Amino acid sequence: MGAGHAHKLYRHAHSPVHELPPHTKLAAVLGFVVVVVSTPREAVWAFGLYAVLLAAVAAKARVPAGFLLKRLLIEIPFVAFALLMPFVVPGQQTTVLGVSLSVPGLWGAWNVLAKGTLGVAASVLLASTTELRALLLGLQRLKLPPLLVQIASFMIRYGDVITDEMRRMSVARRSRGFEAKGVRHWGVLAKSAGALFIRSYERGERVHLAMVSRGYAGTMPVIDEVTATRAQWARAAALPLTALLICLLGRTL
Amino acid sequence: MHVPDGFINAPVSAAAGVVAAGAVAVSLRGARRELDERTAPLAGLVAAFIFAVQMLNFPVAAGTSGHLLGGALAAILVGPWTGVLCIAVVLLMQGILFADGGLTALGVNITVMGVVTVVVAYALFRGLVLVLPRTRRSVTVASFAAALVSVPAAAAAFTLLYAVGGTTDVPLSKVLTAMVGVHVLIGIGEAVITMLTVGAVVAVRPDLVYGARGLTAPLKLRVGGELVDAAPAAPATAPAGSPKKLWIGGLVTALVLAGFVSFYASASPDGLEKVAADKGIDSKVEDHAAADSPLADYGVKGVEAPRLSGGLAGVIGVGATLAVGTGAFWVVRRRRTHSETAA
Amino acid sequence: MTTPPPSLEVHGLAYAYPDGHQALFGVDLTVGRGERVALLGPNGAGKTTLVLHLNGILTGGAGGVTVAGLPVGKKHLAEIRRKVGIVFQDPDDQLFMPTVREDVAFGPAAAGVRGAELEAVVRKALDRVGMGAYADRPPHHLSFGQRRRVAVATVLAMEPEILVLDEPSSNLDPASRRELADILRSLDVTVLMVTHDLPYALELCPRAVVLSEGVIAADGRTGDILGDEELMARHRLELPFGFVPGSVA
Repeated sequence: MGAGHAHKLYRHAHSPVHELPPHTKLAAVLGFVVVVVSTPREAVWAFGLYAVLLAAVAAKARVPAGFLLKRLLIEIPFVAFALLMPFVVPGQQTTVLGVSLSVPGLWGAWNVLAKGTLGVAASVLLASTTELRALLLGLQRLKLPPLLVQIASFMIRYGDVITDEMRRMSVARRSRGFEAKGVRHWGVLAKSAGALFIRSYERGERVHLAMVSRGYAGTMPVIDEVTATRAQWARAAALPLTALLICLLGRTL
Repeated sequence: MHVPDGFINAPVSAAAGVVAAGAVAVSLRGARRELDERTAPLAGLVAAFIFAVQMLNFPVAAGTSGHLLGGALAAILVGPWTGVLCIAVVLLMQGILFADGGLTALGVNITVMGVVTVVVAYALFRGLVLVLPRTRRSVTVASFAAALVSVPAAAAAFTLLYAVGGTTDVPLSKVLTAMVGVHVLIGIGEAVITMLTVGAVVAVRPDLVYGARGLTAPLKLRVGGELVDAAPAAPATAPAGSPKKLWIGGLVTALVLAGFVSFYASASPDGLEKVAADKGIDSKVEDHAAADSPLADYGVKGVEAPRLSGGLAGVIGVGATLAVGTGAFWVVRRRRTHSETAA
Repeated sequence: MTTPPPSLEVHGLAYAYPDGHQALFGVDLTVGRGERVALLGPNGAGKTTLVLHLNGILTGGAGGVTVAGLPVGKKHLAEIRRKVGIVFQDPDDQLFMPTVREDVAFGPAAAGVRGAELEAVVRKALDRVGMGAYADRPPHHLSFGQRRRVAVATVLAMEPEILVLDEPSSNLDPASRRELADILRSLDVTVLMVTHDLPYALELCPRAVVLSEGVIAADGRTGDILGDEELMARHRLELPFGFVPGSVA
């Protein structure tokens, strides 16, 4: 979650993608992923084109391929799941290198891998080109309930503070010679979690006091607004619209 | 358990999105009624807490560790409304900031990990607290049971979604058992940690535990060194009598469900073993990642997902879970309006 | 012509927390306009609880608070909160917005100030604490002393009638502590300063009150109170080693 202004995935740079207003990017990514998900899995070439599209955006945003690929690792658990499918799904069998595999299972695995990977890649591109705060403003602009956006922004503002407290407690535990090794140490860890909750909740109360002391009555005053021009919307829409075109081709061919 | 894009088909994802949005909307209203303008900072800080606590690794045995999902914990500590909000916000941020869980699967993730865990855990918790004697021990016992059931309930809910909208036909009967079986195991860990955490909070700040509130002594004035009673400024709000019958009914349903679920779980030990093996592999991944800072280790934190990879799909009576969930929600609402009119 | 009402009047204030712990047992205190008063007392005396009553965050006990003639209550809450500027002990609690500028703007914006006027208010408040150059920085990238000064600015931006500071000198290095003192002296507002830092109280506040066991136990010139050894000992107040109040005042 990094330090407030920038989070871990964010890569500071000046590119046409970085400069797009956040809500246009959010809408574009969501649109893109929806299109990807609704593409029939038999249209293998379409997924290839989607990947090319994302690669083009990444190049434009100056996000290095290595960074993007590394981030895809988050998918690994689902890769494992997908790899199991050809072995367990019943149906027509085919033999690859002497191993009997299920055809629907292979299709299933391909479907999960292709769509999941494209989804993660699109999200990574969004997160790596948009500042945290901008993302929150974008969500607000996209009519996410303001209260939800506020909760999210407090979570972001204090995520580091709480994580730091957790780290300090861990250091304090270890300084007194405690090393969590197994089930019998759960009690100690749970006590830490309990203490962390109390601290978090009490900080929440203090933050609230500081807010109401300055006139907060349930709504955040509007200080910054993000706006997008028609041209910016058009540029952001290029990604999902091209994808839609590919998808429609994939459905007809 | 963060579901990626393309795992559940579009119509079911959309339906889950509607369910999640509805639940979040209802929770926003509920939380606001309870917390007033304190909603944003308190829910935000609790969300940050849940986020942090999910990074806290609990060593299980040499080399493996697990971590909390936190749904039951949130429900018991801050109540169902704020609980749903916190988990939903954590999932939203994980999806947008860390690409953890697909954007189109956000509805599925919030419904399964946020709504189902919180609602099941809270309904069971409240039910038990009402039925058991009013002691602190009851609170810890109830939180153990609530957390224990909430995890397989989430697994069952996921299996239901997969049965309806899975993109691949995996033999379902085999896998409800695997899915739920593994999650019963995970649920035990979740239950122990949740119980101990709630116990730790109850011991220090019982007033902060949502389920155990409401004991105040009359005010005193110090007049010439003597303490005298001050006139109460406002009548103390009496705890509203709760409709016990509804709760016991909900509780029985939940227990029946739990029994049903564990019956299936034990019916297929081989599925269990297989999933347990996957789980082992996964835990190692996480353990390794934990070597870095908590934020760094987030990088490999798809983690619970392999449980899912264990749960190769599923079927059956999980509609029951959702039904119970909805019922519980309704009960909770009834109770709230009831206590409001009483107050 | 009538004299303006005092900035702060507290009478018979008693309060118990929801967990049953009673912190205040009938506090009476009046602070005149333009006064700088130190509120002293041992840990657990109820100082923070008292502070939270001043702008109506805590209510519901016995007694009442009046700020510049306005009773603290639901009716005038917005007005009261603008008039009473509380600077909390932990600047991390106070600075909850993503940037310094937005944080200072929060109060005035909540009161309806917008656009160029808002910018001007923010700039003026930051300049008063010498933090004008840091407007676009996120709060947690500042040093502790800087954060405390920004916290003061967030409150000054609301043009308060009375500035309430909770432990303003805690965790500050000596230079930051002196800089803050200079800032506080330069302000033309009523100040109520809650502190354990007795030399700081003596330096900044002509008058001091001692809160002990939930009541005001002493009220007088700061030098006199710090010089009264028996009173000091009774309320667990101790001067730093080698510090003689008479030699400074």
